Amino acid sequence: MSQILNIKNLSKEFKTGDQILRILEDINFSLNEKETFSIVGPSGSGKTTLLGICAGLDSTSSGDVELCGVNLGDLNEDEKAILRSQKVGFIFQDFQLLPSLTALENILVPLELQGHKDIEKIGIELLEKVNLGDRKNHYPSQLSGGEQQRVAMARAFANNPTILFADEPTGNLDEESGENVVNLLLELNKDAGTTLVIVTHDLELAKRTQRMVVLKGGKIQKEASTI
Amino acid sequence: MTNHQFKSKATIGWLWKMSWRDWKASRKKLYLIIASIVLGISAVVAIQSFGANLKAQIKEDSKKLMGADYIVSSRQAPTEKLSFILDSLGGAKAQEINFASMAFFPKSEGSKLVKVSGYSGDFPIYGELETFPVEAADAYFKHKGALVDATTMLQFDLRLGDSVKIGKLTFSIIGSLKSIPGKSAISSSIMPPVFIPSNQLDSTGLLQAGSRVGYQYYFKADSLQNLKALEQKLEIVLDAENANITTHTSAGEKLGKAYNNFSMFLNLVAFTALLLGCLGIASATNIYIKEKKKAIAVLKCIGVTRKQTFLIYLFQIIFIGLIGSILGTALGLFLQQMFPLLLKEFLPVGVSFFISPKVIALGIGLGVVMSVVFSLYPLISTWFVTPNQVLRAQETDNKNTKILGYIIAPTITLTVFLFSYLLLGEIFISIIFLIAIVLVFTAIRLLAGLFIVMIKKSFPKQWSFPSRQGLSNLFRPGNQTITLILCIGVGVFLINTLYLTKDGLINNATVQKDSNIANILLLDIQKEQIPGIRGTIAGFNQPVIDEIPVIAMKVHSIKGIKTLALKADSTNGIKEWVLDGIFRASYRDSLISSEHVLEGEWQGTADQSEVIPISIGKGFRKAGKLELDDEITFNVQGVLMPCKIASIRNIEWSSMQMNFAVIFPKGVMEDAPQTNVLTTKAPTDKIAANLQRALVKKHPSVTVIDIRSLMVVVEGILSKIALVINFLALFSILTGFIVLVSAVRTSKFQRLKENAMLRTIGATSKQIVKMTIVEYFFLGILGAFSGTVLSLIAGKMLAVYTFKAPFVVSWIPVVFIPLLITLLVVIIGVLNNLSVMKTSPKEILKG
Repeated sequence: MSQILNIKNLSKEFKTGDQILRILEDINFSLNEKETFSIVGPSGSGKTTLLGICAGLDSTSSGDVELCGVNLGDLNEDEKAILRSQKVGFIFQDFQLLPSLTALENILVPLELQGHKDIEKIGIELLEKVNLGDRKNHYPSQLSGGEQQRVAMARAFANNPTILFADEPTGNLDEESGENVVNLLLELNKDAGTTLVIVTHDLELAKRTQRMVVLKGGKIQKEASTI
Repeated sequence: MTNHQFKSKATIGWLWKMSWRDWKASRKKLYLIIASIVLGISAVVAIQSFGANLKAQIKEDSKKLMGADYIVSSRQAPTEKLSFILDSLGGAKAQEINFASMAFFPKSEGSKLVKVSGYSGDFPIYGELETFPVEAADAYFKHKGALVDATTMLQFDLRLGDSVKIGKLTFSIIGSLKSIPGKSAISSSIMPPVFIPSNQLDSTGLLQAGSRVGYQYYFKADSLQNLKALEQKLEIVLDAENANITTHTSAGEKLGKAYNNFSMFLNLVAFTALLLGCLGIASATNIYIKEKKKAIAVLKCIGVTRKQTFLIYLFQIIFIGLIGSILGTALGLFLQQMFPLLLKEFLPVGVSFFISPKVIALGIGLGVVMSVVFSLYPLISTWFVTPNQVLRAQETDNKNTKILGYIIAPTITLTVFLFSYLLLGEIFISIIFLIAIVLVFTAIRLLAGLFIVMIKKSFPKQWSFPSRQGLSNLFRPGNQTITLILCIGVGVFLINTLYLTKDGLINNATVQKDSNIANILLLDIQKEQIPGIRGTIAGFNQPVIDEIPVIAMKVHSIKGIKTLALKADSTNGIKEWVLDGIFRASYRDSLISSEHVLEGEWQGTADQSEVIPISIGKGFRKAGKLELDDEITFNVQGVLMPCKIASIRNIEWSSMQMNFAVIFPKGVMEDAPQTNVLTTKAPTDKIAANLQRALVKKHPSVTVIDIRSLMVVVEGILSKIALVINFLALFSILTGFIVLVSAVRTSKFQRLKENAMLRTIGATSKQIVKMTIVEYFFLGILGAFSGTVLSLIAGKMLAVYTFKAPFVVSWIPVVFIPLLITLLVVIIGVLNNLSVMKTSPKEILKG
């Protein structure tokens, strides 16, 4: 099985005034194809920062991140963006749909970025998969939180990503909607065979992935197989 | 490492599609930006299109305007040499002899100052003499009758067949004059034309020495003749004979220049409207793009590159610019059709409407350019939005944005300069305007920054929660303080500067009334006529207020250099009219109330043995490049009078007193050939009419000017000019208001969520309204009054240096406009938040 994500000696610091704030320190782990993985830890432990760096949204202070065989440190911002459009899917805590686009248009954007044509059918199929076939022309503001997150999931899987990053995917949802979203996410992921990285502070959710790391104070406190 | 292809497959078409999708959802926020562009562009298109139409019409009609290809004019009967020159030119096709005189209408017993003309030959060579009935144009000569100005006939209730007395002769009115090539409606309303047969002119007894008679010879040129070369060749020769030449091409150019101040103001209006439009675009797009940053971060996160995100929003701005400029151009073309109606009486030609492709291209091009250039800063800032902003709120990389700001600022500056040059047409004025705008912008920016620092430093902790919250909104992250204060400040600056300029121009064009000053002037009085005229005035129990000698003269040399040599040297900067013109000077021993000495010393008397110490007006000083103690020699009907400038006066020409640019002291000019002006004051219209009638009957060669009736005509014209100026200024001011509404309205989205959050945690609607009032009051008052103070400086400079008009300050621009703007800003701010109060906080926070 090929390696999809490889983190070596990763550190991240911020300078605030005269002080240097160390957010992440000496992080090492790797993920294989189709593996599911969670990053857990209390608030402020550096989970979201780690996810941002792994996905090329943020840069490291030191260390290497290799995503889909490419060292992110060698890429400029645009190359990272193109890599994300081809290989990466995202799900965010606050959904992050484009407010000026309908549900269907939001799903089509990653496909259009790939230059695909006649994609409306694919978009509608994806919407049907997340049980929102009848809401294709609705704008995000016309959807509930759970519905928005399902559209976000459909968008995340639209370009058949190699790896999918989910940042607290249930964080803004009630228990029932959260449970539905997680079930759907894991089901879609299984069908697509995508490598999945979930950032969460919900240990129950983390246990549903194959492996997890526990972050505390910016360091990996524990790395474990959950199954 | 995998061999990865980093090439985006998204096409330009997709970028347009994304841009369109975003536009569809956001268009309501963009309508006001479009309104700014529409108003800015429509003002430019209307004014430019009208200008292009007028220019083209003048060029096309220049021959009709003059009635000839060229005219040779003289103020004296032709000398032998001038006759020879006229013959050598192939002989004039038509000749006109004219003079000002009182016309007496026996039917109504009324009299009026008119311009009497006698034509011989084939006048007009071009264009048409429009009369009623049509055949009267030819018949008046044959029947020894007269043609009288149509308005004058109406005024005196004259019919065909009634009579008019000119000098010693009485003519039957054969027809009315409706239109004469080369005569404008304005000149006709001040001195209406009366045509009599040329062979009757002598018999009127008015063509005598001292009369102001004009001779004009109308010529037709060969189609291939170079008129410019002819003008240059004849100028000096004719000058020696006290004559000059005007070709139809140079007359057209001069006519264009005559409308200079007015067209300068029109272009200032267009420039102001355009700048206001730019300001609207800059402030609104700045806030609009700020709101889009989260969406931009999402786009980058899912793989859109920096260039692509930039282009998505650039296309949107281009689209907005296109819509705005197409609508603005259409509105401008519609508005320009109203100008000829409004300006009918001031225009030398009837302007027919045609659509100039150049003006359409200018309107659309300007609209798109202004949209893009004034959105560049927020557009470029999209480049620095990091995808990481989807995970956590963070400020954009300000350092890079600032560096780019240094590149964009010169681009904007250059664009403003090009706009001003395009509209104002003079590099120097454009540079001054640009510097002024940069200074205003900087001053208001500094003031806004200082204001924020001051609030932070001395924050009124004792104020109530809503007031403190409202005040702290001015410096908290995401505040719009600087953008809005700049927008309001610069907006008010432009509105007020235009308002002050408008007031100055209108005031400049207003006749000053002074009840103590004479209201009847009697001109062209020979010395021997004075006792008789004094007697007539005394017969009506009225006083002679002034007896003013008038001496006609020409400049012979300045500082020892003869006028011919001075004219040949185009670098000396001396105005042609100083070297060419015949002056009417006077002599007296004291100053009058409409003048005061600026420099030097007034000398009321002098001796014939010395170089004559004269006093000149400051306008004459400037036009003649003269200074104190400079020598100037005048030619007074062949006698050279060497003078030196002893004093320079400021003269209020609009005072309706007899003012002279050149005043001699008493004791040297008493024996020079002269005419006299007597002034008197008639207390009622009836006495004025009776006095005039008596004077015209007894002294037909004397010209009587009734200042009161003249003032009615002049004030009628001026009130129409004021109407046009007000209309145009209002147009620009309206643009300013739209821009302000647009900017303040766009800021609504900034505070919406915060206020919804405050309501969630228990703030009442009243508290939110109070917070809003405090925030927007400070934004409004600071912006409006800083703009006002700066506009007073700019208005003064424009009045003094550009329009040479008085600087008039009224309470409207100083108090009313800033207060109105502040109130408007507060009202829009409160209205913005009404939607928060009407909607449940949950819905807003859900976004």
